[in-house]
Amino acid sequence: MTAATTLATPPAENTPLVSLRGIVKRFGDFVANDRIDLDIRRGETHALLGENGAGKSTLVKMLYGLLEPSEGAITWEGRPIRLTRPDDARALGVGMVFQHFSLFDNLTVAENIELVLPKEARRADLAQKIAAISQRYGMALEPDRPVWSLSAGERQRIEIARCLLQDPKLVILDEPTSVLTPQEAEKLFVTLDSLKAEGRALLYISHRLEEVKRLCDRATILRRGKVVGACDPRRESARSLAALMVGQEVAEVKAEGQAANGPERLVAKNLSMRSRETHGVALRDVALTVRGGEVLGVAGVAGNGQSELFAALSGETRADADEEVWIDGRPCGLSGVTARRLMNASFVPEERNGHAAAPDFSLSDNVVLSRHATGGLAKGGFIAAGAARAAAQRIVDTFDVRKSGDDPPARTLSGGNLQKFVVGREILRDPGVLVVNQPTWGVDAMAAATIRQAILDLAARGAAVLVISQDLDELFEISDRIAVIHDGALSARSTRGRRHARKSAC
Amino acid sequence: MRIDLEPRGAPSRMLEILAPVAAFAVALLIGGLVVWLLGKSPVRAFQVYFVEPLTQGWSLQEIAVKAAPLALIATGLAFCFRANVWNIGAEGQFIVGGAIGGWIGLLTHGGAGQGVLGSWWILPAMLIAGALAGAAYAMIPALLRVRLGVSEILTSLMLVYVAELWLDYMVRGPWKDPKGFNFPVTVTFDSSATLPLLVEGGRLHAGVLLALVAVAVATVIFARSLFGFEVRLVGAAPRAARFAGFSEKRLAVAVLAISGAAAGLAGIAEVSGQIGQLQTSISPGYGFTAIIVAFLGRLSPPGILVAALVLALTYIGGEGAQIALKLPLDMTKAFQGVLLMCVLAADVFTRYRVRIVTGGRA
Repeated sequence: MTAATTLATPPAENTPLVSLRGIVKRFGDFVANDRIDLDIRRGETHALLGENGAGKSTLVKMLYGLLEPSEGAITWEGRPIRLTRPDDARALGVGMVFQHFSLFDNLTVAENIELVLPKEARRADLAQKIAAISQRYGMALEPDRPVWSLSAGERQRIEIARCLLQDPKLVILDEPTSVLTPQEAEKLFVTLDSLKAEGRALLYISHRLEEVKRLCDRATILRRGKVVGACDPRRESARSLAALMVGQEVAEVKAEGQAANGPERLVAKNLSMRSRETHGVALRDVALTVRGGEVLGVAGVAGNGQSELFAALSGETRADADEEVWIDGRPCGLSGVTARRLMNASFVPEERNGHAAAPDFSLSDNVVLSRHATGGLAKGGFIAAGAARAAAQRIVDTFDVRKSGDDPPARTLSGGNLQKFVVGREILRDPGVLVVNQPTWGVDAMAAATIRQAILDLAARGAAVLVISQDLDELFEISDRIAVIHDGALSARSTRGRRHARKSAC
Repeated sequence: MRIDLEPRGAPSRMLEILAPVAAFAVALLIGGLVVWLLGKSPVRAFQVYFVEPLTQGWSLQEIAVKAAPLALIATGLAFCFRANVWNIGAEGQFIVGGAIGGWIGLLTHGGAGQGVLGSWWILPAMLIAGALAGAAYAMIPALLRVRLGVSEILTSLMLVYVAELWLDYMVRGPWKDPKGFNFPVTVTFDSSATLPLLVEGGRLHAGVLLALVAVAVATVIFARSLFGFEVRLVGAAPRAARFAGFSEKRLAVAVLAISGAAAGLAGIAEVSGQIGQLQTSISPGYGFTAIIVAFLGRLSPPGILVAALVLALTYIGGEGAQIALKLPLDMTKAFQGVLLMCVLAADVFTRYRVRIVTGGRA
């Protein structure tokens, strides 16, 4: 350590490992973090709770040296520090496990770990070290497997091992369970418990409240960039935590108790498709039927063929045979997305920026994007600008889309508002078939409730709705039946959804 | 220390209009510096390049005549560039359009092959043949791209040299004027194969009108039509375009055909309106300069019209500078290159804000 250490008092038992005081981070005019105070002690698991956009990621990026605070001070073991690069943070003993993995698919586990280590630590006894960590924390790792062949849980273990090889005092985990199966998550919790038992501090970011209650000793809640509360999550209910995060009670969605026994409106038979991407997932013999008035949920862990299934049903990728996909009794496997829209089907892809909507285009242009063939918005090859604006306005009014300006570019809308807009764009067409992938991904709780309610209302009007989601609670809430997609195959036996049985929201 | 580029929220309309103006000003400064290093007065050079051509009637006409092909080609290129299709070979399409259109002028020379129809059809046929030939020539990179995934940047560029050498051969060989004292030129076109002049005794020919019509039509297509929407969407968000049901491949073929046709039309208009015969070289690099014009005009047809006039000015001024200041003609090309770099840099600055991180607090 440097000479400065001698001036500082030796870290006493009750000095926090790291404390943040008055941290402000501005991006232009936007204040992402507003005077945040936070203490993290040794041996504690500290939860950082908040909705998407509450400022959690910004805050931890400053702790990891990826961003610098605009104002405020960070102290580490009682000493003021300034982190300008991740290297500084790592040298102090901060490790981070990111939500999105940064791994090379074509390299092996060991090679991926070796890549991030400082030069002097490479080679030699790396394999032994990996084995030791693997054993000590109960994380199975096979050093010679190529990464592309691993599941999300296994990939995450590489990230954690990378982090642990540097013997960190503080480990930051950004939504670590969002890509895991419940079983994998349980294994992760065991690992995290043993890290904590060694006296390491964990900063755990999540919006999954049950996990936070299971793992964490303390929780700090962020809303719109500010700390709005701190609590012991074990003493709170999931509901009270949610209310703290959102700032108000979230409405429950209500299903019209209509029986889902309409005609078969969306059918897939023996739907198989090779993936267009190198390590993508191939669809294998998918068979499904959605009746009018019914919501079919497709559950599954990310990367098991959800986007491929969406592309196959929407017609963005065409099937090998016309008979593999049917809409309202007519085969359409070889038809493109426009032809399927003309058969009164609608689609909402997972990614709103750049897939469902063009970020730099105005809202009215974004209406033209998916309705140019069906909505009377293009006559004789020319766009009816007035009609497009009126259609956009109707979506904005019906779905309470908050925007600035008359017809602003889509990218100026917040995630939740843009999602309401693209879902509204499809639902207000009153389609007979709706296929939607991750309808409320990264959306605040109020917007999510609006979107779910709109989906249920559409089904109640007799449409067949297929919802692909990784959020099991969401599927339980809105689906009549649930099927599971795994490695490109859809489970044959659909379990019953609990839409009518289960009352609680959030 | 490092330099960060932070995206600006929404680039203001003002900034977007000012950026090319600022780029032009910076290019002028750099150009002036080079002139100064060559031992000439930058002020005098500025006067010769940019002021004097604007003061005389003949040079104003000359500017319009030079701006016309630039505007026509650049308007076609705007379709490509907006759709992220990088046609660098407009020069080749220009040459092939001029040559094939001109060929009809050669075939009908001296009343040959006109029969009972008379000669009224010759000029329209030349223009149509020129446009079709340019489009057909652009189909080579188009098909290579959509069928085999070959980058159109390389193929379209290389085909420029093929076109140049082919025209050179034709003019020295099969198409050479037998009475031309062995000069590598064809016969001079009949008046029925020549675009009419707009000003008696002047240089302004009807090809200028073609450019104006093209700019007007393209303006309407971009602003109002579904096809224009498709072009913009494929360029701005390819995945969203696929979701909208637009085919990228079909569009790549369409925009290459459009830009090839525009370049071919510009080529035949130049040959029949300005040169009056085929010769080994029929373009002072219009096809390449048009790339600068397209970007300086922000890929919008009205902007392109203005940019074409500015670039035409540099051609005329460059000739003047050669005579008055003994500055090499390459100076003009160098200035055009500097201008393109400045325009592209200005584009970055309108979209991003530069932040210098010195390790201190931002």
